[in-house]
Amino acid sequence: MANRTATEPAARVSQRQALWLLAASAASALPLLPGLRPAIAALAVTLLAISIGVWIRARALPARWIVFALVAGSTLAIGFAYRSLFGREPGVAMLIVFLALKLLELRTTRDGFTLVLLCYFLQLALLFDRQGPEIAAYLAADLILITAALIQLERDGQKMRSSIARASRMLAQATPLMLVLFVLFPRVQGPLWGLPRDAWAGMSGLSDTMSPGSIRELSLSAEPAFRVKFAGSTPPHAALYWRGPVLTHYDGRTWRAAPGAGSRTLPYETSGPAVEYTVTLEPHDKPWLFALDLPGLVPEGARVAPGYQLLARTPVRTRQRYAMRSYPGLAAGIDEPLAVLEAARRIPAGANPRSRELAARWRAEAADGDELAVVRRALEHFRREAFVYTLSPPLLGKNDGIDEFLFATRRGFCEHYAGAFVFLMRAAGIPARVVTGYQGGEPNPVDGYLLVRQSDAHAWAEVWIARRGWMRIDPTAAVSPSRIESGIAAAVPAGDPLPFLVGADAGWLRALRFRWEALGNAWNQWIIGYNLERQRELLTRLGMRDPDWRSAAAAMAVLTGVLLLVLAAWAAHEYRRQDRAARAWAAFSRKMARAGLARRPEEGPLDYARRIAAAAPGLAQRSARIAQLYAELRYGPHPDPGMQRELVLRVRRLKVSA
Amino acid sequence: MSVAIPRTAVTAARRFIDRWLFRLSGPEAAPVVLGQRRVFVLPTAAGVAFAATVLLLLIGSINYGLGLGYALTFLLAGLGFVAILHAFRNLVHLKIEYGRCEPVIAGSIARFPLVLSNGRDDARIALALSAGGGTPVIADVAPRAAETAALRVVARRRGWQPIGRVRLHTTFPLGLVRAWSYVEPDLRCLVYPAPERDAPPLPPSGDAADGRRPGAAGSEDFSGLRDHRPSDSPRHVAWKSAARGDALLTKLFEDGGSEPLWLDWDRLPAGLDTEARLSRLCAHVLLAKSSGASFGLRLPGGAIAPGRGAAHVEACLKALALYGEPDGD
Repeated sequence: MANRTATEPAARVSQRQALWLLAASAASALPLLPGLRPAIAALAVTLLAISIGVWIRARALPARWIVFALVAGSTLAIGFAYRSLFGREPGVAMLIVFLALKLLELRTTRDGFTLVLLCYFLQLALLFDRQGPEIAAYLAADLILITAALIQLERDGQKMRSSIARASRMLAQATPLMLVLFVLFPRVQGPLWGLPRDAWAGMSGLSDTMSPGSIRELSLSAEPAFRVKFAGSTPPHAALYWRGPVLTHYDGRTWRAAPGAGSRTLPYETSGPAVEYTVTLEPHDKPWLFALDLPGLVPEGARVAPGYQLLARTPVRTRQRYAMRSYPGLAAGIDEPLAVLEAARRIPAGANPRSRELAARWRAEAADGDELAVVRRALEHFRREAFVYTLSPPLLGKNDGIDEFLFATRRGFCEHYAGAFVFLMRAAGIPARVVTGYQGGEPNPVDGYLLVRQSDAHAWAEVWIARRGWMRIDPTAAVSPSRIESGIAAAVPAGDPLPFLVGADAGWLRALRFRWEALGNAWNQWIIGYNLERQRELLTRLGMRDPDWRSAAAAMAVLTGVLLLVLAAWAAHEYRRQDRAARAWAAFSRKMARAGLARRPEEGPLDYARRIAAAAPGLAQRSARIAQLYAELRYGPHPDPGMQRELVLRVRRLKVSA
Repeated sequence: MSVAIPRTAVTAARRFIDRWLFRLSGPEAAPVVLGQRRVFVLPTAAGVAFAATVLLLLIGSINYGLGLGYALTFLLAGLGFVAILHAFRNLVHLKIEYGRCEPVIAGSIARFPLVLSNGRDDARIALALSAGGGTPVIADVAPRAAETAALRVVARRRGWQPIGRVRLHTTFPLGLVRAWSYVEPDLRCLVYPAPERDAPPLPPSGDAADGRRPGAAGSEDFSGLRDHRPSDSPRHVAWKSAARGDALLTKLFEDGGSEPLWLDWDRLPAGLDTEARLSRLCAHVLLAKSSGASFGLRLPGGAIAPGRGAAHVEACLKALALYGEPDGD
């Protein structure tokens, strides 16, 4: 029945409506612009500016063939800039450009509605890069704007305040439904199908190679790498070595991880005091799982690489939580195979002659077989000589980079020290390797989580000593002990570029920052990281026994139904309240009817009162007041609840004898 | 016959749906309050597109594991549900009363005023009313106020024209959902016959049946003077006394002294059919009205005594409008 007139012609969009849609479109598109290729961002800004100009000056819209040509040209430009039209980044670029072009083709309200749908997709696109609470707040404000634009599209000429208020009210009413669906909607572990190759662009983290400068770059980022909740007390800062990729192969410039499938069980026996904790790992598009030296268990589905590094089955692309146990004092690898030790002594022939010479001298001076003496000698060297720990080391030459660093520049970051140290050890015939990972972390007193940032990325060394196995040696600690004891902020010289929030700051600012980061962590744990396991955990905590997707779906249906009923009751509620006046008036008419003065159907309140006054002068004054109140409530410009109360009271007190 | 049977079945089914679903059983007396059971909601085309978008957003959120994407998706889904209730609420409990329909001439547009009263503290916005497949009238009703929406329907033929079934609908606030209801108000408009174009001039005064000659309107039967009224014919102004500077006076004549003009059905040319006769008479009534003459109307089965003034003209036109109508009330 409804579809008979459902095809009413779509109305033309007024300038006012177009400006609302422009505001909503701009608010949805602008935060995405920095993520585009500069040329495409410039194109999008130009197109948006043109549409804003056209609409503000109320100029005629360009002809369709011009818009079509612009669509074709923009598509070509995007294809050229991204070398593809498929994938996440070109997809977002296309959305933004089409949005801008649709504004130039905004003729009917149906076009306006298309723009609104495009805005929703852009909002989702914004979440690819960031999902923090600030983004949520921005999206909420943007949704109010989009909804208000939609309301304006439905009825032109409404006051700005009233449409914003209505949009906010509707979204507020939708929020309980959103919460129910969010908590109870059966969660599926994605992805549903193959994702475009660039789906995970923008994730940062340690790689499986190290060359001068690679970790320094990472240390400029304040992004969280992972968060740790210790079951007991947090170990001291200097003991927090989070093991990542172990690099054995050296080609004269770059260190690489040894290939190897790894095993499902630990290659060593665990003993001694253990530390229990839970890690919440940020996605970094690599399979590394970080654990304190040395990991004491292998998480479900994970493996242990030859260098005792934990690897997940697939690259970590969603936030992941795992329970972990570590044995800090453990020595491992006492009976390491000869092939492994041989690989850990290999250095490219010929390069860095001065370093080799230095190492050979130390070896000769040490007692035979006392490899630890050589290690001590090397650390002593770093401590004594004028080495500087800095975030801005000078560039090193292609060949003989270690010679250049050890004898000329002497300014370096952890990868310089770790790399040079391992080179010296190998030159002295001692098996050694580079271990990368994170060092330290910042305990948050608000929620008790230890936050490890990308800026805590670190590289250190391990040497193999007969009958003791692999020993951790951190040459950076020799140069800059405060880096290991207090963190990077205390270690680098003033003036070195440090990421915001990582530098040492004032007390109140620090307290504020802890609060903000605790909020961020709770947000990550419960909003962004809310997955199948979290859902099960929460439902169990809420008293649901053995929850699965069926019980969650049933609970969701029931709660959604209840909420809709509440809203429906609200839809009917106000009528009854206002209807008290009508009910009082009906009661008054009934009372009068008993006295033989029934109201005629067409009779207005004031006429009725006049007739009553003529027929029954005794009732004249009271019925005149009642009729006046009712007329005022019904038709008056300023009815107020006080009048309604008075009316109800007066009708109730009125006694009419038959 | 094989076609006729289903057609009657369809008609019967439609009547059943009207009665049972839309609660329509003949014209309703005012006031009509749109109860919850007679307001219906269905998604619009835009609403279906919105639902498809929400589904795509959900798939995107699952695929890319976007926790906040789920939140966005579910908030929009919630907004869709809320839109249903808002559209419903925009229409439900609306009170409809009827205004007065001014009579119109057949072929012109009849205006049916409906008074929409909103008893809520919240404005009702963009209510669309349509009758007889005409373009909808859009009305906003302020909080606790009433608004008159005049539905315009082409008056096709003379007689009583009922407003018929009125469709009230609204897609406000988001355009995703349409709430609608049907009302059949007990409201009708009187449609006069269309006056004949270029009708012949008025017939001469006097009643030929009484054997009187036209033009013999007797000034000799003068019976007195009274104050002039604007509706009096200038022919009866006492110009002599006016020329003396006195107030305008009207000369009164003995009953029957002034020959009244009779517009008589039977005296029209024999070749005219009923509707043509009514058109001609209607044109003559309007001509007589503008000339200010006193006139009477004689139709088969009744006559209206000669007279003047708006009420008299209306009575004559009404008689013409309802001539031969079964509902000739």
